Amino acid sequence: MTSGPGEQPVVLALSGITKRFGALLANEAVDLELRRGQIVALLGENGAGKTTLMNILFGHYVADEGTVSVAGADGRLEPMEPGSPGAALRSGIGMVHQHFTLAENLTAFENIVLGTVPLIRPGLAGRNARARLAELMRRSGLEVDLDVRVSRLSVGEQQRVEILKALYRDARVLVLDEPTAVLTPQESDTLFATLKSLAAQGIAIVFISHKLAEVLAASDRVAVLRLGRKVADLPTAECDRQKLAELMVGHAVTPSRREPKAPGAALLTLDGVSAGEGRDSIRDVGFTLHEGEILGIAGVSGNGQSTLARLLSGLLPAERGSLFLRDKPVHAHDAGDMIRSGIARIPEDRHRDGVVGAMTVAENLVIEEIRGRRYQRFGFLDFSAIAARAREAIAAYDIRCPGGGAVARLLSGGNIQKIVLARTLDAEPVVVLAAQPSRGLDIGATGDVHRRLLEARARGAGVILISEDLDELFALSDRIAVIHRGHLSTPHPSEELDRASVGLMMAGHHTESEAA
Amino acid sequence: MSDILEILLTANFWAAALRIATPLIFGVLGALLCERAGVLNLGIEGIFTAGAMAGWMAVWLGAGLWGGVLVAALAGAAFGLVHAILTVPLGLSQHVSGIGVTLFATSLSYYTYRTALPDVSSPPRIEAFQPVDIPYLSDLPFLGPALFQQTPLTFLALAFVVVVAFVLYRTPLGLAIRAVGDNPSAIEAQGLSVTLLRMGTVVAGSALMALGGAFLTMSAFDAFFFGMVNGRGWICIALTVFASWRPGKALIGALLFGAFDAFQVRLQTEVGSVIPGQVFLMMPYLLSIAALVVVARKADYPRAMLKPYFRGQR
Repeated sequence: MTSGPGEQPVVLALSGITKRFGALLANEAVDLELRRGQIVALLGENGAGKTTLMNILFGHYVADEGTVSVAGADGRLEPMEPGSPGAALRSGIGMVHQHFTLAENLTAFENIVLGTVPLIRPGLAGRNARARLAELMRRSGLEVDLDVRVSRLSVGEQQRVEILKALYRDARVLVLDEPTAVLTPQESDTLFATLKSLAAQGIAIVFISHKLAEVLAASDRVAVLRLGRKVADLPTAECDRQKLAELMVGHAVTPSRREPKAPGAALLTLDGVSAGEGRDSIRDVGFTLHEGEILGIAGVSGNGQSTLARLLSGLLPAERGSLFLRDKPVHAHDAGDMIRSGIARIPEDRHRDGVVGAMTVAENLVIEEIRGRRYQRFGFLDFSAIAARAREAIAAYDIRCPGGGAVARLLSGGNIQKIVLARTLDAEPVVVLAAQPSRGLDIGATGDVHRRLLEARARGAGVILISEDLDELFALSDRIAVIHRGHLSTPHPSEELDRASVGLMMAGHHTESEAA
Repeated sequence: MSDILEILLTANFWAAALRIATPLIFGVLGALLCERAGVLNLGIEGIFTAGAMAGWMAVWLGAGLWGGVLVAALAGAAFGLVHAILTVPLGLSQHVSGIGVTLFATSLSYYTYRTALPDVSSPPRIEAFQPVDIPYLSDLPFLGPALFQQTPLTFLALAFVVVVAFVLYRTPLGLAIRAVGDNPSAIEAQGLSVTLLRMGTVVAGSALMALGGAFLTMSAFDAFFFGMVNGRGWICIALTVFASWRPGKALIGALLFGAFDAFQVRLQTEVGSVIPGQVFLMMPYLLSIAALVVVARKADYPRAMLKPYFRGQR
């Protein structure tokens, strides 16, 4: 930026915003100022009130107290009509929601012009709509095929349509809610490059995030929210990772570290296993997992991880090759058998595969053992035993919920993951299969997950950690292997690997160590 | 075999097919509009009855025929509004509300009829719409008597196919209707009202359905009978899926059904002595089930159909 952000005029000001949902205080007296051409990161843990604040800004919610003011044509700040997305749009605020607000049965063009002309008139849009869009795409570098149905566009392309939608309405303020949550690392880089060029053209940008790296890389200023209050607002140049993490969580953060420990006997061995079909299949995969070891499997999503996870969960048969659990061959593909032989699963999609959303926390906690004696009496469910188990797990794992009778679906992702952890790890499994266990979780919940996995390792269990997050892999894994297009590299001790070479292998570049 | 060909080659057969298809065209257009906006309208069967009864009674009480059509449309719109209020702002189950509207509209129509005419044994008749000739077109050989000697309501139905298609695909309103049935938050994020859009579409769609009912008492027959709608509304719900929610295909579907129905009547007179009549009556319905099995397996339902939308909720 040529001129310092301080010299630019304020285009948007939130002052004293307070919002309650019942007893929950989602935002408390939050002030936020946004200047022309500035990129502000709104950082905070899940549930810190970031999205609520932005939804108030865009008129989805009405604040209980406080005002949103926008600079008019003359540059003077004027209060905006609350609770009206239409008013926000007219004031030049554009929002890119985390869950895209696109109609998938319409084309990109139709989505962009929707609502920009009076409803009753022939012709979908003004005569020069296409020319304007072509000019916008050229200037912003956001290229999209306008005449393709949105359902056929990739997630990254859909996000570009969302941004174009805002720009087409002459947005001077662009709000993005967790824009990178659905993107690959490469797409994220492209997005931030685009945002920087938009800011250089004078657009003010706020993006919500809980990822420290992207906040540090892409923002001019960081506002940190914690439990609904703004706890810091400072130039990004004055921040570092550690400082931001502490501001966000509210206490010093000690990254998880494993204690060095010699691995024990071989536990689980795969030999030349092929399974699945299509892009996500695995081919000729072999490795040995030992007692007291965490084996990290690095890779970009969709390279065979989910097939490997399904195979080890007993949901998918192996077409070729063999599996041994403590030297005994495993034949069946039966999820119940796998659980009983001591393989615990932490599934990738915890909401879909980890819990039964309509059932209670207590029921979800005991669901894998329901055929055993422990929760039965005379063949009927023993509700007092189940309730006791729920109380114990809720306390031990700090599951934040109204009680064992609460419906699982209503819990946050972090608390759902704690249910999964309590259920799988308390059964003292010999093998733990953890697929993307901290994806989408905030720092606090991620720390809990890591601690539990390290405890399992200390107890002598073998852990397979499937992850895309190199920080996580290097902090926890004894050995790391990379999966790419269904082929798994030879695992190497993580001390002998560096992040750059693992990153390259994830992108498909072979290295010497793999050829060995 | 030659008998069958003979049936298919008479102008009279095709005229009957189009006549039978007319109420279905109105009904399917109305149903597909509602569903495109994300609201299943199972009130259709009752709205047909209400339209049939209201249109007929308006004329019987002295209104003109077109006045009767207007009254029928208003009656349909009123019941549509009931369904819209229950399902859109209140977000109640669309199935339950729709069936409720059907029961309510049907019973209220019968009740009104009985109260107005307590002592009548045979239903009073009105001067119904007569077939009109369209200059030149009606004089064409074969095509003239087959397609262009219908009552005005049939031509109105065909006109509505074009109107609905134009609105859906060539106007911003149509974009908005299609969008609100796929992802209502897209509508809200563009500063439009999901509630108004959905309610308006349901009301308009219901008015169209009622015209289908009005055709029965004011064109096909000239009196109101109990049970005269006889499942036509439900057929429209099935035809909507068959038509993949497209007006053009809706016309084809309705015509196909009309053709089956006209065909079975004629076939019945040919071989009715051998096969019981009920088998023929069943035929159009069996064939619609068969057609649905083929088409509807990959039916692309509007994504937000049946899902109520509340602001500020995710």
